Amino acid sequence: MKRIMGVINLINEPDRLEELTLGRCLASVPFGGRYRLIDFPLSNMVNSGIEDVAVFTHHKYRSLMDHLGSGKEWDLDRKRGGLFVLPSVLDIPSGISKGDLFQFFSHRDYFYRGRQEYVLVSRSHIVCNIDYRRVLEQHEETGADITCVYHEMDDADDAIYRKLTVEADGRITAMQDRTGRLASRNVSMEMYLMSKSLLLDIVETCLSQGDDHLVRDGIMKNISRLKLFGYKHEGYTGIVNTIQSYYRHSMGLLKPELLRELFFQGAPIYTKVKDEPPTKYTESAGVSNSLVANGCVVEGVVENSLLSRGVKIHPGAVVRNCILMQNCEIGKDVVIEHAILDKDVSIDRGRVLSGATSAPYIAAKKKVI
Amino acid sequence: MRRKECVAMLLAGGEGRRLGALTKHLAKPAVHFGGKYRIIDFTLSNCTNSGIDTVGVLTQYQPLVLNSYIGIGSPWDLDRKNGGVTVLPPFMEQKGGNWYSGTANAIYRNIGFIEQYDPEYVLVISGDHIYKMNYDAMLSFHKEQKAEASIAVIEVKWEEASRFGIMSVDDAHQVTEFAEKPKEPKSNLASMGIYIFNWSVLKSYLLKDEANPDSSNDFGKDIIPSMLNEGVRVSAYPFEGYWKDVGTIQSLWESNMDLLDNETQLNLFDRSWRIYSLSPYQPPQYIAPTAKATRSLLNEGCFVYGEVDHSVLFYGVRVEKGALVRDSVIMPNVTIGEGARVYRAIIGEGTVVEPGAVIGDPNAAPSEITLVGNNETVRKEVSA
Repeated sequence: MKRIMGVINLINEPDRLEELTLGRCLASVPFGGRYRLIDFPLSNMVNSGIEDVAVFTHHKYRSLMDHLGSGKEWDLDRKRGGLFVLPSVLDIPSGISKGDLFQFFSHRDYFYRGRQEYVLVSRSHIVCNIDYRRVLEQHEETGADITCVYHEMDDADDAIYRKLTVEADGRITAMQDRTGRLASRNVSMEMYLMSKSLLLDIVETCLSQGDDHLVRDGIMKNISRLKLFGYKHEGYTGIVNTIQSYYRHSMGLLKPELLRELFFQGAPIYTKVKDEPPTKYTESAGVSNSLVANGCVVEGVVENSLLSRGVKIHPGAVVRNCILMQNCEIGKDVVIEHAILDKDVSIDRGRVLSGATSAPYIAAKKKVI
Repeated sequence: MRRKECVAMLLAGGEGRRLGALTKHLAKPAVHFGGKYRIIDFTLSNCTNSGIDTVGVLTQYQPLVLNSYIGIGSPWDLDRKNGGVTVLPPFMEQKGGNWYSGTANAIYRNIGFIEQYDPEYVLVISGDHIYKMNYDAMLSFHKEQKAEASIAVIEVKWEEASRFGIMSVDDAHQVTEFAEKPKEPKSNLASMGIYIFNWSVLKSYLLKDEANPDSSNDFGKDIIPSMLNEGVRVSAYPFEGYWKDVGTIQSLWESNMDLLDNETQLNLFDRSWRIYSLSPYQPPQYIAPTAKATRSLLNEGCFVYGEVDHSVLFYGVRVEKGALVRDSVIMPNVTIGEGARVYRAIIGEGTVVEPGAVIGDPNAAPSEITLVGNNETVRKEVSA
């Protein structure tokens, strides 16, 4: 698999997670109690043997840089290759950062330097456990120009995604934005495998015509000319780019089958280690149907919820259907339902807060309630 | 190599025979502890948190797991260009070779390692104790006392004193007498096996000890007594806080249970003194609707469907529906089958307790701990 170089493309990635993407990009939104969204594509690439990974950042990436560091947690602190975090380049006269193809062009040295034959371009917001070696196998079997990973969705469409028409032979004949009329359950997972030379060709051709979006201009406009094939990913797929999809997919992890599929059936998902002790449950703790990360102290009642690392629940408190991020503190006798609390939020004793499944109550980082 | 003020030598070769099945293929310092740690994490973390960045780890017995666990020391921030962690197993020389014959011999044979750093002081610690201690504070004490050797001491219960190296001290913290495991202890100040030496002094004693064919080459039995005989200034550094030698099944179990005490002196949640450990990259623990978890420490990667009370669970433990785990320590990747009951037990890594099996007895005497080894299968009919 030293034949593929990876790109995690954050250029123009929508950040519609309200307060959660106020100060951070989508890629560094916490997910699943101890992860950030980018941990999934990054771990998948590493687990598939990809040794060169570039993250094309766009904006609000301070917390992302902090999380990624030297890439050590993903075994990407290498002398040859490894992790490249590449900041977005502005068009100097206008001060506007252009589409992803312009960014690929600005960082073309990354592609030239890599010795690999193929490039895998991925986004950061698709939670799954996938082996790209299989994708490459199929790519070579079909002789495709581009292979697009897709998933057949059978539940609510509360996220933003593209729909595909996939023929029986695997060829993709239509690709539309979600707003399009295409009736299809096949959803693009925004992972595109192609040869490096084709990608560089798309970059130059499109830019010379004034186009600068890889998928919209480079792929969708040329769909009849390209041999575009789909690779069907059967396993768990969470498209997380709206608050509703974030909440729904987070809560989905409370199904142990899904949890096992995502974390135990494939290779492990790596993340930045925090050295928290195991979680402590006291005499008064009452936890059920919940996912709890390390470093928590639970003295109250927790139901159908996700607790990230270092959360404290004081006695008498009731937490239901909530997502509590790192170091949140829930005071004595607080009742809180259907809420997403960002890092370091603390709620004073006795408060009652409640949102709804369709519109969870959201508190921004460090808020004191 | 750049000069270092203080180099730590961590004795981690212990066989830990009294831990029975747990140490059959594992050195004692590598035994699991506290839900996510191994025993050696405490001393390694103490070094890091005390600002000591050069640590020699002396291994000997069944070192595979320990060696690969320590690796280049990254979990403890000891992956340094200058210093860091170095694993020091016994080795052959032209004139032959043999195992480390005692604690002092182990240091003697690594004089070359120590001298690379030309240190003023050498800290000698052992990898089989559970405690949090600032060695830098002990070093300051050592300097203030103008001592040539310092020994950390802790008050133990009088009835246990004969298990330890016991010291008598004067008002100025000077050691006047030292007796290794005395039958009739004169004091209850026990040596914690933590020593700071002026390197020049220690080196001369190591050379002398090695030349003496009658010596057992041990710090407690030989080096310290001969230093005291010859008027070396030996100070006792008083330590207050949690310290436990987890050398027996009983003490290993107790020490794990101590973590569940709300007033525990060994606070793992203190962020200014974290205990570092190698991360197994597990997702958060899942507590099912049928589960109950109280008075317990649970690590990531557990799936709990049954009841867990007053217990410590490592990563990857599965407690099935209707099962009960009480007053027990369950090591990584153990499965407790449906309806099984586990009381006052330590269950080794990878063991499967089949549905309905019962381990231990809730009414047993407090000293009775059931030990189940690694990768065993406990069947219903076999267990009492």
